[in-house]
Amino acid sequence: MIPVEVNSIRKSYGALKAVDGVSFSVSQGEVFALLGPNGAGKTTTIEILEGLRKRDEGDVKVLGLDPWAGGYSLHKRIGVIPQNFTFFEKQNPREALKYYAQLFGVSVDADKILEEVLLEDSAKVLYENLSGGQRQKLGLALSLVNSPELLFLDEPTTGLDPTARRTIWDVIRGLKGQGKTVILTTHYLDEAEQLSDRVAIMNQGRIVAMGTPDEIIKEHGSGDRLEIHGSEDLADYVKANTRLNVNYDSKGLISIAINEKHDAFEALEAVEKSGLNWGELHSRRDSLDDVFVKLVRGKMDVHGEIKTENDSDNSNNDGRH
Amino acid sequence: MMGDTEMVSAKRIMADLRFYGRGYLRNTVGLFFGLIFPVILILIFGAIFANGFSGTITVYVQNRDNGPLSNAFIGAINKTQTVSVVLVDSSENFSQYLSAHSASDGIVIPQDFSSKYNASIPVNVTVYGNPSQSSSSILSGTVTEVINLLNLEHYKGIPIIGVDPTSVNNQATKYIDFLIPGLIGFSILVSPMFSLVNVSSEYKKTKLFKELSLTPITKMEWLAAKVLWYIILSAASFALMVAVGVLAFGAHIVLTVWLIPFLILGPMLFASLGMLVGTLAKSSDTASVIGNVITFPMMFLSGTFFPISLMPMYLRTIAHILPLYYVIEGLNAVMIYSNYAQVATDLIVVTVITIIIFMAAARVFKWRED
Repeated sequence: MIPVEVNSIRKSYGALKAVDGVSFSVSQGEVFALLGPNGAGKTTTIEILEGLRKRDEGDVKVLGLDPWAGGYSLHKRIGVIPQNFTFFEKQNPREALKYYAQLFGVSVDADKILEEVLLEDSAKVLYENLSGGQRQKLGLALSLVNSPELLFLDEPTTGLDPTARRTIWDVIRGLKGQGKTVILTTHYLDEAEQLSDRVAIMNQGRIVAMGTPDEIIKEHGSGDRLEIHGSEDLADYVKANTRLNVNYDSKGLISIAINEKHDAFEALEAVEKSGLNWGELHSRRDSLDDVFVKLVRGKMDVHGEIKTENDSDNSNNDGRH
Repeated sequence: MMGDTEMVSAKRIMADLRFYGRGYLRNTVGLFFGLIFPVILILIFGAIFANGFSGTITVYVQNRDNGPLSNAFIGAINKTQTVSVVLVDSSENFSQYLSAHSASDGIVIPQDFSSKYNASIPVNVTVYGNPSQSSSSILSGTVTEVINLLNLEHYKGIPIIGVDPTSVNNQATKYIDFLIPGLIGFSILVSPMFSLVNVSSEYKKTKLFKELSLTPITKMEWLAAKVLWYIILSAASFALMVAVGVLAFGAHIVLTVWLIPFLILGPMLFASLGMLVGTLAKSSDTASVIGNVITFPMMFLSGTFFPISLMPMYLRTIAHILPLYYVIEGLNAVMIYSNYAQVATDLIVVTVITIIIFMAAARVFKWRED
């Protein structure tokens, strides 16, 4: 059975189309990431799958159940960390796990679960005194109480420092190792790349690209390029003497599209023949980051907010603007 | 809504009760207002009113005798300086006269007072008073003192003159006896109400309800656990207040099984009301404002700190629409008057209100949003 099947779901809040015709399916044991800026519709989508929100249109089957109508049964079989997970201030992780175990009517080895999420040292620290990373680990631990086959993690590392994020990643990799199916949302590209088998990039309520990171780059990226630091004259010379697609940006970077291996030799030959000076040389292909910028027409800052073109800062500029 | 729920599980209710109770006991602020604060109020009010007023008390005296002894008696009372005597014409209907003057303290000296005294026939003066006011105990104390003097003077202490106290509830002689049921009502109202206004709006805001909805506990089980917790807390608070009232002030309190339904229904009523307010309010700020607007007038107008017979008519009318009024009236009926007809009426009213509010709260309260 396919754990998750989603077909053309829609959800509007008044005039805002939060989710506007989203379809995908997730197979057993897969880690699937919904990647996108804030407001892309990731959380609404995942909450529809979790049975926390009612869809306006479309079909959803999660573990064979309609998540809204069958939410109560579904919740016994899935594990969820909601966005901005919070818990009761005056309880410690061990007590929290015991409470959840009693609610689910299961017996758990609390220490084993705490070990699994790397929280064993804080088993007796009240929630109010836990750090952000520890709180998130508690969320993960609680989502494991009912030994779910399917996990939903809504922004599991948002707001955490890099070390804490990496620990959470380790925990998620461990869950994948146990064969669990995981659906996560994130606005961190590296997180999607590091953890997931497949990624769906969401923007404005729609999926704009889906597949493995490689597939997405191949489909939406600009392919391999040869980049040479040199003058505009050099760029013009190469353009005039080859059939290659040559771009030059004002910062002195010549970018040549390489479609076949032979193209690279042709380019270098022309450079050599020109007798002009040139500096550093490297080959490059679009990263998921580059593709993402192209697809959502802007870069995201660390908070998942879109910064539109031209106000991006930096060293990584490849002249495609 | 959810089509696929299952039977109510006592295990989940108990698990949530233990969990919530532990969190509650770790929260010193909640614990203070739930258990300690009502006791402090008993100590403060008890201390203030146990020693009576410092000023003089106006006493209306109707002298139907007009003999030498009755005049001496009035003179003696006046001389104590704790009371100031206002004479009432003997043609007046005395109790009507008192209520017309919004007064409760009075003495009626019978027609044959002097002659009976001289003939050594026992005779009683009637002392009117509202036992809930400390003035009443001061007055009866003063009268008793004077009578003792007169008895001593002529009959070496043989009680020829006695006191015939007249009041609706002559067993209760101390303010503290009224204060304890009132403050039990106060703690039944305040702790569940404020806690659940806060909990229901905060859990909505922090999405804790959403998290709980992902577990098998149902909202009814969750609500039941909260109600049970506040019943336990009210019982503890009740025991504490009664103990302090009896030990510190020697309060006279009747304890019967009839208290139990009030100690169960009261917390259920106000926990549900708090839930209702917290759920209906858009934000936690509005919730706490609405909670205060409902709680504070109810706290003062339902006979918590003073009997409502002291309030003007229009406030008494308002009191009759407040649920707490019936809880406190019922507690008074059990603990002070042992008036079980009254208890039954109050119990019916409280039960009906509780069921309505509980059903309404259970209905509007949702785990999940659409």
